[in-house]
Amino acid sequence: MSETDKPVLLRMRDIHIDGRTEEGWQPIIKGVDLTLHKGEVLGLIGESGAGKSTLGLAAMGYTRDGCRITGGSIEFDGIDLVKATERTRRSLRGRRIAYVAQSAAASFNPAHRLIDQYVEGPVVHRVMSRQEAERDAVELYRRMRLPNPEEIGFRYPHQVSGGQLQRAMTAMAMSCRPDLIVFDEPTTALDVTTQIEVLAAIRDIVAQFDTAAIYITHDLAVVAQMADRIKVLLRGEEVEEADTRTMLSSPREEYTRSLWAVRSHVSPAKPRPAPDAVPVVSVRAVTAGYGRMDVLHNVNFDIHRRRTVAVVGESGSGKSTTARVITGLLPPRQGQILFDGQPLPPDYRQRTREQLRQIQMIYQMADTALNPKLRLRDLIGRPARMYLGLKGKALEERVRELLRLIELEPNEFIDRLPSELSGGQKQRVGIARALAAEPRFVICDEVTSALDQLVAEGILKLLDRLQGELDLSYMFITHDLATVRAIADDVVVMQNGRVVEQGPKDDMFRPPHDPYTELLLSSVPEMDPDWLTRLLAEREKGKAGAAADA
Amino acid sequence: MEVLTTLFWIAVAVSVGMAAGWLFLRVLATALPGRAGRVFRSAPISAGFGMLVILIYLLVAILAPAIAPFSEREVVGGQFLPWDATHLLGTDNLGRDMFSRLVYGARNTVGIAFVTTALAFLLGSVLGLLAAAVGGWLDQVLSRVVDVLMAIPALVFSLLLLTIFGTSVVTLILVIAVIDSTRVFRLARSVGMNIVVMDFIEAARLRGEGLFHLIVREILPNASAPLIAEFGLRFCFVFLTISALSFLGLGIQPPTADWGSMVKENAVLITFGDITPLLPAGCIALLTVAVNFVVDWMLHRASGLKE
Amino acid sequence: MSKIWIMIAKRLGLGVLTLFAISIIIFLATELLPGDLARSILGQSATEETVAAFQRELGLDQPAHVRYAQWLWGAVQGDFGTSLANRRPIADLIGTRLANTMFLAIYAAAIAVPLSLILGIMAALFRNTWFDRGANAVALSAISFPEFFVAYILIFVLAQSGLFPSMARIDSTTTFADALYKTFLPALTLTLVVTAHMMRMTRAAIINLLASPYIEMAQLKGMPPARIILVHALPNALAPIITVIALNLAYLITGVVVVEAVFVYPGLGQLMVDSVSKRDIPVVQAVALIFAAAYVLLNLLADVLATLSNPRLIHPK
Repeated sequence: MSETDKPVLLRMRDIHIDGRTEEGWQPIIKGVDLTLHKGEVLGLIGESGAGKSTLGLAAMGYTRDGCRITGGSIEFDGIDLVKATERTRRSLRGRRIAYVAQSAAASFNPAHRLIDQYVEGPVVHRVMSRQEAERDAVELYRRMRLPNPEEIGFRYPHQVSGGQLQRAMTAMAMSCRPDLIVFDEPTTALDVTTQIEVLAAIRDIVAQFDTAAIYITHDLAVVAQMADRIKVLLRGEEVEEADTRTMLSSPREEYTRSLWAVRSHVSPAKPRPAPDAVPVVSVRAVTAGYGRMDVLHNVNFDIHRRRTVAVVGESGSGKSTTARVITGLLPPRQGQILFDGQPLPPDYRQRTREQLRQIQMIYQMADTALNPKLRLRDLIGRPARMYLGLKGKALEERVRELLRLIELEPNEFIDRLPSELSGGQKQRVGIARALAAEPRFVICDEVTSALDQLVAEGILKLLDRLQGELDLSYMFITHDLATVRAIADDVVVMQNGRVVEQGPKDDMFRPPHDPYTELLLSSVPEMDPDWLTRLLAEREKGKAGAAADA
Repeated sequence: MEVLTTLFWIAVAVSVGMAAGWLFLRVLATALPGRAGRVFRSAPISAGFGMLVILIYLLVAILAPAIAPFSEREVVGGQFLPWDATHLLGTDNLGRDMFSRLVYGARNTVGIAFVTTALAFLLGSVLGLLAAAVGGWLDQVLSRVVDVLMAIPALVFSLLLLTIFGTSVVTLILVIAVIDSTRVFRLARSVGMNIVVMDFIEAARLRGEGLFHLIVREILPNASAPLIAEFGLRFCFVFLTISALSFLGLGIQPPTADWGSMVKENAVLITFGDITPLLPAGCIALLTVAVNFVVDWMLHRASGLKE
Repeated sequence: MSKIWIMIAKRLGLGVLTLFAISIIIFLATELLPGDLARSILGQSATEETVAAFQRELGLDQPAHVRYAQWLWGAVQGDFGTSLANRRPIADLIGTRLANTMFLAIYAAAIAVPLSLILGIMAALFRNTWFDRGANAVALSAISFPEFFVAYILIFVLAQSGLFPSMARIDSTTTFADALYKTFLPALTLTLVVTAHMMRMTRAAIINLLASPYIEMAQLKGMPPARIILVHALPNALAPIITVIALNLAYLITGVVVVEAVFVYPGLGQLMVDSVSKRDIPVVQAVALIFAAAYVLLNLLADVLATLSNPRLIHPK
């Protein structure tokens, strides 16, 4: 399918955008060209700080507070948005160019019902009367496969779930039948199983109305399903652009290839533990919760020496609560935690210093996990001083050794503050702080999910190497199955506070599965552009099959 | 016509103030090396002006005996003498030198306000951070007590307490410090609460750190920016409260030179078109404006470049 | 709907409890008096008999909790006892003065609230322009001025030329229009002080709101600026604005004390200041209780209104 013979809808030439920082104006977008034809979907992809959102918003002639367009032209259907008056731009926004934001929950006005926010665009832009727009809303809600399309519009945003809100927002963007929609990471905040439905609904409606779209994401597998063409951005500059299949099969640039290759890391399989081996940590029949509510119900699993157990589940499944029970932050209502076969006191305040030392934790957000006012010398040195009694020269030498272990040059980094580090370096310091205690068991709570893929890859490799060198056992909390594939030896799948399935990784990725594991596994997007189509067809067939069986 | 002249003089005062503030910032920026210098280079003129004024007040307070031609309590001439070469700003209702009293007032009024603020701050922030770090029943008890104390307007409460304990400088300082520490407590607790939920505090707790380390090494360094700004705001508030009490005759007692009571003592002159009694009030206003300008800048810096 | 009413009922209950606690504090404060109340009032020269008689008159021979119960029971019915200074019933002293003070506070609020809301919204709309910077600097200065400074400047500028009287002497024969004229300067003083606070807080609340993603969404839907403010920002700004107004009306209570003293206005603040210098403790207690009650009720009202303006609470899941 060639799009190039269709007329051009949007042409951006040599766009430059600056952002205000403490050191004055700094370039965010450094001369990018972008061409979009009618009805075409362009995927914009890049890591954080690449300028994807800024460029996407510029396609609407819009810049956020603290940003300004300093050069280039944006021509939408013959109108130069840079030179146009604010009035002209306003008349285009919502009517001919619409926007779908990352967080629907924050982008819907909490004071108005969904339908009122839907009809606002068509009525103010004089495209439809209120009655027409309301009828139309129901129709679009139906096409977006929202439950109760007749009624859902009369709810307030906080009464509707995240996945449904995101679909309602796409419907709202469609309300004036725009020529172009900018999708800004519309599924990033959603769980994988919810993501599928939203992706499918967006793809269908864009195709039905032959709407052009700019689809912004950092997830390659997602963009592969949605886009006709892909443009890769890096630090405000274009790396390359090609149609989706070409880009996936034969990327030209080194950077693109590295993005594509990221998920290749797989830790080597380890021998299974002997049946009579005592696990390092055992979670035994744990039931726990906050207030009167139980969040965990009778959770059982073991973590053996030198093995990595991945605890997988969607938000609200109880993964992090399990970690809080193990560390003693949340004493369980029933059940206990065994360390080397010995029960640990349920509350961390009753544990001995030695028991505390053995269990260390690495957090998801390195930004909040490191005290921003302490230098690395003190951040990493503190556990070594506390637990091992190191002082003066010995302490300094130990800190330097730990810095070398996490591949940071000691002389350069030892006196830095966390704010002087990149995201990946901060996470490495978090690892070093955990290792300074010389623990035997480390809990990694979503340690890579806030990082770009290349950086995350480096962290996973580092953790893998350290496990062998330092005889560590890991509990890896994650919602990302690619991470599981890369690093886990054993997998525990959780849903609604219960363990639904557990076992060695190789068994887990081989059918037959528990139905929830099946759903989870099949929902992870794959790089194949036909994956979504195939999956939906399979699920349709499965449903038909089930109906026939009944 | 008179309005125009007034406006003219206001414009002159504002431009002189701005120029002085700008100049002061340049001096600081070139005199201080590296990061500190860069901070002052990007500071707004209002902040420069504020810092300059605070510096001048400090110098006057410290050097008061050297600057003032007469002593603060001595009767040196007739009552309400006009401005002349000997008595730069004339004399007051008892025949004391107005200028000398104004200079000593910097020491007395500002000094008492500063001590009071420091005391309020020590009490409020220690208890506030403790409540945040410990939580549980300690936090509940302290917070409820503070809630009730704060439900009584500060000036009304201090009037009540001053009726009972009398109006000496020590009771004045203690009463205002205790009442104001409730406001500091509120802020310190809420700042502390925002820090306590961070992962690095959880990490420190799990490491087995004691309460002292937790507060001094982990919480306090991260709470310092808002607390310092709050110190400035509290100082202004305390300063205005003490001045208001003195003006009402219930604060700093004569014959101590104090700006609030000086306004009261000489207020009659205003109805005769003499602005002398406004000068001590102006001194109060200028210092609070200066502190507010500096605090505004600090808060703006602390909040990053939002807006 | 039931959840929201439970919240409001809880808040009302808490308010009553707070008032109760405040009455205890105000009452107990006199118990903290160093030495003997009767002796400290009558002076060292008083004979044992006069002290004993005085104590009986005040009921000081009875235990504290009995006296508290009597005092509170009286206060609830509007009977605050008698003044030590002139032996008149306190209720008589307070009566007209309370009305006068309320008149002045409402007068000031009627000017200050609309003025500061308009200025605050304008400063938020035109943020970082010369208008905003200017308004901000003026407001910051006005906040820094002691009330009596503002009052005397106004007297100097407006009363010198005879435009307005510098003394706000009103009594029962003063007509309403005349009262408005005579109390213009005190009301203007209060207005200036409160407006500065309120304007800054309104501006901050609106700017905070304009940074929300749903405001950006409205802009990206091509909505005109006026509609964004009125339809998208304002319904969500109600709660912060109500809080701002209540906070500043409560602030008026404190401001009124000083301003009444400057303009010799026969209000509650004046009465309190006089009674403090005479150490007329029953009167001080009574006035403090009234001020505190007004303060608590204002905050209570604001909380209830703010709760009622929250769509998440009005339309529960």
